[in-house]
Amino acid sequence: MTVDDVELRELVPRVLSVLVRRGADFATAEDAVQEALIRAHRAWQREPPSDPQGWLITVAWRALLDMARSNAARRAREVRFDAEPPTGVVPSADDTLRLYFLCAHPDLTSSSAVALTLRAVGGLTTRQIAQAYLVPESTMAQRISRAKRTVGRTGLDRPGDVGTVMRVLYLVFNEGYSGDVDLAAEAIRLTRQLASLVDHAEVDGLLALMLLHNARRASRTRPDGRIVPLAEQDRSMWDTELIAEGVAVLQRALARDQLGEYQAQAAIAALHADAPRVEETDWVQIVEWYDELLRFADTPIVRLNRAVAVGEADGAPAGLAALADIDEHVPRREAVAAYLHERNGDLELAARLYAEAARNAPNLAERDHQMRQAARLNDALRHHR
Amino acid sequence: MAKYLLLKHYRGAPAPVNNVPMDQWTPDEVDAHMQFMSDFATRLVGSGEFVDAQALSPDGVWVRYDGEGRPPVTDGPFAETKDLIAGWMMIDVDSYERAIELAGELSAAPGAGGAPIHEWLEVRPFLAAPSTFME
Repeated sequence: MTVDDVELRELVPRVLSVLVRRGADFATAEDAVQEALIRAHRAWQREPPSDPQGWLITVAWRALLDMARSNAARRAREVRFDAEPPTGVVPSADDTLRLYFLCAHPDLTSSSAVALTLRAVGGLTTRQIAQAYLVPESTMAQRISRAKRTVGRTGLDRPGDVGTVMRVLYLVFNEGYSGDVDLAAEAIRLTRQLASLVDHAEVDGLLALMLLHNARRASRTRPDGRIVPLAEQDRSMWDTELIAEGVAVLQRALARDQLGEYQAQAAIAALHADAPRVEETDWVQIVEWYDELLRFADTPIVRLNRAVAVGEADGAPAGLAALADIDEHVPRREAVAAYLHERNGDLELAARLYAEAARNAPNLAERDHQMRQAARLNDALRHHR
Repeated sequence: MAKYLLLKHYRGAPAPVNNVPMDQWTPDEVDAHMQFMSDFATRLVGSGEFVDAQALSPDGVWVRYDGEGRPPVTDGPFAETKDLIAGWMMIDVDSYERAIELAGELSAAPGAGGAPIHEWLEVRPFLAAPSTFME
């Protein structure tokens, strides 16, 4: 049999939390769990254990003892741990949750918190994380070990909270797909696990948001990497099962009447997912949800997206009016302005703005997309003359 | 998290404060400069921010396609080319501010008399991969 990687990694935070609860320091315990994972990949191919979690705890505990002994030999100190592996220890949900909080410690930079979460909670190897973020493995190894030192030094009395954890998972999801690790899928897995550990409307909101976005993923880019705008996406490619699940999770969250920014974002995503054709999109309700979202996150980016929705709900002039008081330096502002001016019939201005949007685009796919829009309008203008 | 290129130029950058060419430095000053660059890279590996560092030879040549079945045309190098890249350091950092901070530190590399060169470095962000939430 081949070892089911995801099933194995599901056990990682539980095993780690048992080791930490038994007195191991976080950094060493985390290394020991990684060591146990490597051994599991080898040993389980021959003979899968009847109790995978117990197997991992035992092997990780022995690895921990080996590490402690070699450290003790170096420092001429005594081994502090029981030689016997903890048996029959049931990992508690609170301990596992605490691990999430530790890895999203407020003293960590966001890139460190992301890396540590993917390793200590997600069970990914340093190499996989390095590949996903396109940095050398040695750089990622240092980023993780520094993060572990920070957490070990100050973390235990002052862990992060569910808000910082959600922020980290949001960032992981947003990174999408590169290398052989699907970070969006990994973020969904970890958010699902978090939702099972904590009773929190916003965690469900975040999970719903991820599911609803992921449902549309296949339609968002062409095989050659070109961006397909929402209005042109082939809606038959949308994953209806994921959408149904996302909507159900969102409805459960909203029923608790503790609205927050992730639920509001998920509601907007759900309204898009709900329209069988783009013409059937309920833009009026989408604008209302953007107004809700502004109460929790009044950012220029939210206002920018709201201006697009206003343009669809009330016409391009209304959209342009909504755009007027947004800071000129907000990323993608020219792209939105170009779109609204095109809808308003001012093709020359729109073409200039698309070209400007291409120059200022934050990524290659978007730059090419905006450049094609500019080229399309300039071509149309030439034929009209 | 974003990647930036800290570009060092042979030509094309504004004149640095300590503007003595390297061949006029003492051997110890050259050593100190090299050591500084290597220590800087090591420190970035340690902070989890290093991606790559490379130096380029100043000898380049211009090449272009010259039609079906013909070998490419080469020309140059042209002395009048305004901009000449000497090398780069690629970093992966949390913010634009951090990229600027690191470029500032790198620009303090010692030159003649052991004093910082105050060399102008060019900071260029990479066009990243598109993010999942972008629409």
